[in-house]
Amino acid sequence: MRKLAAFCIATIWACAAQAEIAVEVGYLRIEQPTPATLSDLYLPPEDDGVAGAQLGLADNQTTGQFLGHVYTLTTVDVPADGDALGAAREMLAASGLLIVDAAAPILTQIADLPEAADAVIFNVSASEMALRDAECRANLLHTLPSYAMRTDALMQFLVQKRWTDLALIAGTHPGDLAYADALRASAAKFQLRLRGEKTWEYDADMRRNAAQEVPLFTQDLPSHDVLLVADELGDFARYVMYNTWEPRPLAGSEGVSPVTWSPAVEQWGAAQLQNRFADLAGRGMAPKDYAAWAAIRSIGEAVTRTGAADPQALRSYMLSDAFELAGFKGRPMSFRTWNGQLRQPIPIVHPRAVVATAPLEGFLHQRSELDTLGLDMAESACTAFSGGTP
Amino acid sequence: MRCLLALALLAAPAQAGEIWVTNERDDTISVIDVETLEVVRTIPTGERPRGITFSKDFTRVYICASDSDTVQVMDAETGDILHELPSGEDPEQFVLHPDDRHLWIANEDDAVTTVVDVQTRTVVAQINVGIEPEGMAVSPDGKTVITTSETTNMAHWIDTESNSIFANTLVDSRPRHAEFTEDGTQLWVSSEIGGTVTVFSTDDQSEIAKIDFEVTGVHPDRVQPVGFEFTEDQKSVFVALGPSNHVAVVNAETFEVEDYILVGRRVWHMAFSPDKTLLFTTNGVSGDVTVIDVAARAATKTIKVGRFPWGAAMRP
Repeated sequence: MRKLAAFCIATIWACAAQAEIAVEVGYLRIEQPTPATLSDLYLPPEDDGVAGAQLGLADNQTTGQFLGHVYTLTTVDVPADGDALGAAREMLAASGLLIVDAAAPILTQIADLPEAADAVIFNVSASEMALRDAECRANLLHTLPSYAMRTDALMQFLVQKRWTDLALIAGTHPGDLAYADALRASAAKFQLRLRGEKTWEYDADMRRNAAQEVPLFTQDLPSHDVLLVADELGDFARYVMYNTWEPRPLAGSEGVSPVTWSPAVEQWGAAQLQNRFADLAGRGMAPKDYAAWAAIRSIGEAVTRTGAADPQALRSYMLSDAFELAGFKGRPMSFRTWNGQLRQPIPIVHPRAVVATAPLEGFLHQRSELDTLGLDMAESACTAFSGGTP
Repeated sequence: MRCLLALALLAAPAQAGEIWVTNERDDTISVIDVETLEVVRTIPTGERPRGITFSKDFTRVYICASDSDTVQVMDAETGDILHELPSGEDPEQFVLHPDDRHLWIANEDDAVTTVVDVQTRTVVAQINVGIEPEGMAVSPDGKTVITTSETTNMAHWIDTESNSIFANTLVDSRPRHAEFTEDGTQLWVSSEIGGTVTVFSTDDQSEIAKIDFEVTGVHPDRVQPVGFEFTEDQKSVFVALGPSNHVAVVNAETFEVEDYILVGRRVWHMAFSPDKTLLFTTNGVSGDVTVIDVAARAATKTIKVGRFPWGAAMRP
């Protein structure tokens, strides 16, 4: 507080114009049951997402101290069988800025609450296409990329490599099916040939049997350049790698992966963000952390530029041409005005390095090359965003 | 024809002098001879060297060894490290005060600007600034130092008497570099992600102009202003535009962009030759330095240096 006063004395003109503003942000986590996987070597961290929000908060607070803006973050966890909507109501009563980590159906239920009418809600957990399409909500913005943004990114990479013939192994969980759908649609969009598919239904313990099972399982796939895997839970695909009948690279959920974020991203100043995150959380920054960081930084950017804390004023600014977020991915990021999706580059990575970053050179678009990824204005059935101009 | 003329100009006045380039991913400095336009020395440094500047008499060179968390002081003749300065964590850029004694350092990972006395080798002050401080500039009269913070998107105006911030001005996203005009009346700040350069009046910190760039055939997202330098007559400013692989020439009086010059990939920073007729740009991704003929506004030569060249400084 004394620090603030000192700044105000020195910058009377600035502080007079921008009286102290308090910005409260809620972070609501609705636990999602995680099905068992073949290996539990890599479990998602306890603070997945929340740590990203905390870093974004610290970033905002540092900027805020120069402007008299004060940011606070309140985190609430609700168990899978808990009262998600009740918790959301309570949080919305306290603040109209809410970050939600929940499954897609709960997200839309929260957005439809009467208490949410004037709120801005950020989706940091659901990649489902429907939320950016017919099931969109005017008060629901998405800082997490959709499945299509990621799979379009991968297909651009495969086109560039001229790896045109593909085969697919998909799991049976809803996330696997949605990701497989997106892979098929993106392959068609970029005119790659999906020559064969198989469903992974094996329940053997692959820690013992991968070397025997997978060659046989992949032997009858038609000839392909790349084997796609849809395994969003990280269940089986790690055992497919290097055990295929033909020596082929894996892509998708395993192998070369299109991701929101990865600890391997270091260009464009990302090394600094990664360092700050590692100092705060003691681990690498995951996609959900990045989406939560981007949500709270979007709020911060809008507050800084408008000097307002009213959610509707912030929403208007975030959806305007003036808004841009520096997200350490090499290009300014902004929200699509037709469905509230944050347009952003997609790194294509393996665990140790970035292989490429989409949009790749040569994939052009009349507005923004970033709109070669995911649902474009003409494709989206979202009508909740009035005046859907680009 | 233009090219020939440029070459003729190049060949004519033999000039001594060197351009020192820090190679961020090689932990070395490449020293380019201005006369022969060849790398004549490669000198090992600490980890991830970025900012580089000489003492006023050019006998010593200061190097931000970012990942070694130190500023190294090197004998410019021998290339030996004389000693290290306490710099605070992750020093990225710095500026030497006109008093030749105080080094003002941006500590990128720490949201702090550190002032070091290079004679006593002690930290004189640390000033809290925004997230990821980077660009550093000092006014010609030495009374004001600027730190730009990349994620806070501000230029912080610091009074060098009291070592405290007296103003904060917002600029577009990711401010990278700042320079005062020679007469001290203006401050120029580049914004990498915003794609602009903002010009402030130093009297009242008000914005005078904002310069936009447009490179034919390059998407605006990739036009990212970073380092820039004023020409000797102060009439033009050469602005590195990052991954657009171009350098813009801005008229410093009208703020109009007059030319774009194609250089190497992801152009970062630059330094003039001693007689100011040549400009050397560091091209991060292509690992080389482009030589620009300042009068002709044309690139005349490419010189291979180390991996990810970043900073550049001239030694006469």
